[in-house]
Amino acid sequence: MKVMQAAAEESFEFLGKSEAVENQEIITLEDVNIHYGSFHAVKNASLPIYEKQVTAFIGPSGCGKSTVLRSINRMNDMIRGATIDGKVLFHGHDLYAKDVDPVLIRRSIGMVFQKPNPFPKSIYENITWGAKINGFKGDYNELVETSLQKAALWDEVKDKLKENALRLSGGQQQRLCIARTLAVQPEVILMDEPASALDPIATGRIEELILELKKYYTIVIVTHNMGQASRVSDNTAFFMVDEGRTGYLEEYAPTEQLFLNPTHKKTEEYISGKFG
Amino acid sequence: MTQRSITHPFGKKRRLHERVIETILFLFALFSIMITVGIAVILIRESFLFFSTPEVTLVGFFTGKTWQPMIDMFGFLPLLNATITTSVIAMLFAIPLGLFVAIYLAEYATDKVRGRLKPILEVLAGIPTIVYGYFALTFMTPLLRSIFGQETVEIYNTASAGLVIGILVLPMIATMAEDAISAVPKELRLAGLALGGTPIETTFRVVIPAALSGLSATFLLALSRAIGETMIVALAAGAGPNMTFNPFEAAETITGYIVRISGGDVSYNSVDYNSIFALGLVLFIITFTLNLISRKVSSLFYQEYE
Repeated sequence: MKVMQAAAEESFEFLGKSEAVENQEIITLEDVNIHYGSFHAVKNASLPIYEKQVTAFIGPSGCGKSTVLRSINRMNDMIRGATIDGKVLFHGHDLYAKDVDPVLIRRSIGMVFQKPNPFPKSIYENITWGAKINGFKGDYNELVETSLQKAALWDEVKDKLKENALRLSGGQQQRLCIARTLAVQPEVILMDEPASALDPIATGRIEELILELKKYYTIVIVTHNMGQASRVSDNTAFFMVDEGRTGYLEEYAPTEQLFLNPTHKKTEEYISGKFG
Repeated sequence: MTQRSITHPFGKKRRLHERVIETILFLFALFSIMITVGIAVILIRESFLFFSTPEVTLVGFFTGKTWQPMIDMFGFLPLLNATITTSVIAMLFAIPLGLFVAIYLAEYATDKVRGRLKPILEVLAGIPTIVYGYFALTFMTPLLRSIFGQETVEIYNTASAGLVIGILVLPMIATMAEDAISAVPKELRLAGLALGGTPIETTFRVVIPAALSGLSATFLLALSRAIGETMIVALAAGAGPNMTFNPFEAAETITGYIVRISGGDVSYNSVDYNSIFALGLVLFIITFTLNLISRKVSSLFYQEYE
């Protein structure tokens, strides 16, 4: 126990330094408030997201973590009655400024959903779909191969690229969805509980993949699984829900610190399984 | 606590009335099926009478380009041709328009707008077809004649009838196509948008392709409805077989001919009279086949997204 604590303190220091030196803030949330109609879903969320790191959003159901995630690529625009105040800065530019086109945001900030949702088309077409509408001019065969390789799916599907994607297993479908997102060449990938519909083996492969992908991409992941958050993320944001069922950010810290030395009582209770 | 009895209190009698009701329900179901079978049997028997007439041959019937029972010419191609002409015109008009209405309703309309528009469409579907027939004759035909010229467009013509059949099947296509489009999972739309697709790109390059089999089933059913449509063509398309590909000329469809003969004073057991059963049988087979294919396609589609 003592050893673990010492290690945690050491790594906390290390992480604290590394952020300052190597990783820049790519996204900043400033006082984000989200309403669905008259319902106040999230209040005053402010947090940084660092480039080429994995940031995890955890918290009990209804705490607004997925809502906050969707505000980062403006997918909340699709929900009728959803309004947002505050700022979401991407490279310092507010994504909700009038001159910003949400369609173009999503080409830089991709998203992977909870339930694998490949198009009912071939594996090949799933990968090329986003590139095509983005006016990709390069070699499509190469794009398909590199995207599938980055998503650790190439070896399993290289002989059946023309097959319908719906015939793949759930885990393969989810990796295909990741590959499809990579093919658009985003900077940031948002993942909304990407492994919650998968079995433990498929989940393990997704986690390995996330660790590999963070070399090239900034990743934000919402997860219910605290083990997963501690395994894959560098920073963790813990969201809570108040008596009015409004979600808010309770604590944000480097992952090891948040899990080993949480400063807030609620964080400690949540990660030790007292509720949620 | 004593154990309750689990045997029938009155022996097997208890279940008797359930069996009786079950049997009655089964008989009603059987009755409706028997009626359909009965219709098919009568069509086949009377058609047999027609084809056993010495003047009629199967080959002549299916390949002949003249239908003049008065002079023993029984080639049904002119009738089939007119039926195909009116149906194709109807589909050319109704499929694009119905599809756009459906896309709008399913993807873009707010709940409020949808709530107002759908009842209007349903009312449109409830108008008696004879009224559509008048509409073709007194509105569509004059309109076509004023656009294309009095000399070009005859008073009775297949274009007018076809367009009005198109209006007739439009609500059916719009509502069924909307169901097919709405059955496409929301997740696919989100995927399209999340990959940087605009709403239009997502609609036309994800949602519509994903709904294609459901849409095909809709179109086949609408085609079947158009082929079988009677009152509009009887009133507006013309009353005389005419082998023409010009939609501005009068031409009688299969259904139009059947109406004229069965309403006229042709004697029973004449060849003319029997011919309408053969034509009815052909019509029955065409629409039955289309409906079967449509059902098959549609069940495959809805299975895909369960």
